[in-house]
Amino acid sequence: MTPVLLIDFGSTYTKLTAVDMDAEALLGTAAAYTTVQTDINDGLSQGLRLLEEKTGKLEFRETFACSSAAGGLRMVTSGLVPELTSEAAKLASLGAGAKVVGLYSFQLTEDDLEDIKAARPDILLLVGGTDGGNKECILHNANMLAQLPPDFPIVIAGNRTAARECERILSGHTTYICPNVMPKFGVLNIEPTQSKIRDIFLNRIVQAKGLSRVTGLLSDILMPTPSAVLQAMELLSKGCEGEYGIGDLVAVDVGGATTDVYSMADGMPEQMNTVYKGLPEPFAKRTVEGDIGMRYSIRGIVEAAGVSRVSQLSGLAAPRAEELVAMLRDHTDKLPDGDPELEALDYALASLAVETAVARHAGTMEETYTMMGKTFVQSGKNLMNVKQIVVTGGSLIHTKRVAEIARHALWSAAQPDSLRPRNADVWVDKTYILAAMGLLAGRYPATALRIMKKELEKYGTEE
Amino acid sequence: MESGKKKKVLVIGVIGADVHAVGNKILYHAFTEAGFDVVNLGVMVSQEEYIAAAIESAADAIVISSLYGQGELDCRGMREKCDEAGLKGIPLLVGGNIVIGKQKFEDVEKRFKEMGFDRAFPPNTAPETTIEALREILHMDGEAQ
Repeated sequence: MTPVLLIDFGSTYTKLTAVDMDAEALLGTAAAYTTVQTDINDGLSQGLRLLEEKTGKLEFRETFACSSAAGGLRMVTSGLVPELTSEAAKLASLGAGAKVVGLYSFQLTEDDLEDIKAARPDILLLVGGTDGGNKECILHNANMLAQLPPDFPIVIAGNRTAARECERILSGHTTYICPNVMPKFGVLNIEPTQSKIRDIFLNRIVQAKGLSRVTGLLSDILMPTPSAVLQAMELLSKGCEGEYGIGDLVAVDVGGATTDVYSMADGMPEQMNTVYKGLPEPFAKRTVEGDIGMRYSIRGIVEAAGVSRVSQLSGLAAPRAEELVAMLRDHTDKLPDGDPELEALDYALASLAVETAVARHAGTMEETYTMMGKTFVQSGKNLMNVKQIVVTGGSLIHTKRVAEIARHALWSAAQPDSLRPRNADVWVDKTYILAAMGLLAGRYPATALRIMKKELEKYGTEE
Repeated sequence: MESGKKKKVLVIGVIGADVHAVGNKILYHAFTEAGFDVVNLGVMVSQEEYIAAAIESAADAIVISSLYGQGELDCRGMREKCDEAGLKGIPLLVGGNIVIGKQKFEDVEKRFKEMGFDRAFPPNTAPETTIEALREILHMDGEAQ
């Protein structure tokens, strides 16, 4: 037996996953409650105790970790046009596993500076202009940012013509220059920036968040948790040498405060009579819905979907549903525990969280008539031919009827323009191992992939 | 032309619900060949898309094509939107089959100039004519061809 330990330092739980590399199997998982006040080592040693109670004493050959502790990787982005470089900056940050706590377009104002200071970002991403294009905005913004105390590093990834000047203006700050996130109109180049963000996370932020005390224990890789999940999903989709992937997929992680959606698909137009509008999106795309979550953001679900849908799906009368929603908003740790009303409500909420978040993630298709006949205008990704849906998230995997919940990610006649999968198999992350497998994937992709295929519970396409 | 001098940037595309792609491709090649840096938005372009692309790329001019006869309607308000977006004074050129029916082009041209366009070109205008106009508007006279 060759055990490897995978740790996910969360804001409320330290989650441990032990795998045996020889058998390519899960040995056990454990979660220890941690708080902001708790030393990160306490959570870890308590988790280890819980884990070894289940598995017996383990001698770990290697240990890898990811972290969303202390608010995760907090980023502010500053770009030029909202649909273009600002959007590119957002895609880059989310894909690197960050939480975007501030998103600015055009010239920064003094008020914006106040807000940025208050948002306490770990990294600021400064972009704007295509290469050889607009310089004025990014230079103005560099001058504005230079007025802030140098509390966070700034990644400069805008118009290359202005990069060095931005660096000089921001000489009082730690800066990193990356290639432009949108070098030409409509061309996205976000990978270099994302890899820089991960480096900074590893080298600077880990220390700032008290994680350095455990780094002595780690063999390698410390990344933001969403970035680990993204890596797992990309591996599951594409496969690796010696092991097939399952193809294009959509993954949904419904949490208490936010809902993350990942898609692994090109999603470009399939028909000749379809015109694509807007920025092309990356193959591996992540979005975060900050207002959609099962407890802290429960109101956001009701607001987005409407109380009538909550009532319809849960079978509860609207006033009763409202009452229970208000109760859960105040008691965020409350689980249904067999209560039929709460079970029905959680089913409805989770279904609507999946529906809303996936609809926002997926592209749209608009039908118009031109002199040349019917034409379609697509913006964002077309996920209609995606055949696999993966669901995870503490709030979801403990819910009953999870496959039914997941099917709310599918295309529906109620929103015909939303390009969600037509029909798909559902994979449920029952053992909650996606982040851990993403960590393992860095060095042992084939093993990570085989464990995922074994552990994810598959529900076939609906008849 | 001084060596290393920045090329003039053009944003081009076919406006409105118009899917005529061939002329657009010809213009793209002609303008590129003539030494411009061309951001081609393709077909079915909205006013907002021209403006967003012009801002990011610091464009020197916007060249709008319209082949399906609805150009006048599609182009209305374009100048005002450019002003609003901080692209004050950016040269706007339009050409193609920009109106329907038999109208005197002088009248059509007059209406487009009133709408804030710097130049309007009648059907069957050769790309060279537009290139010449661009050179004049952008004060590129004397630069190597």
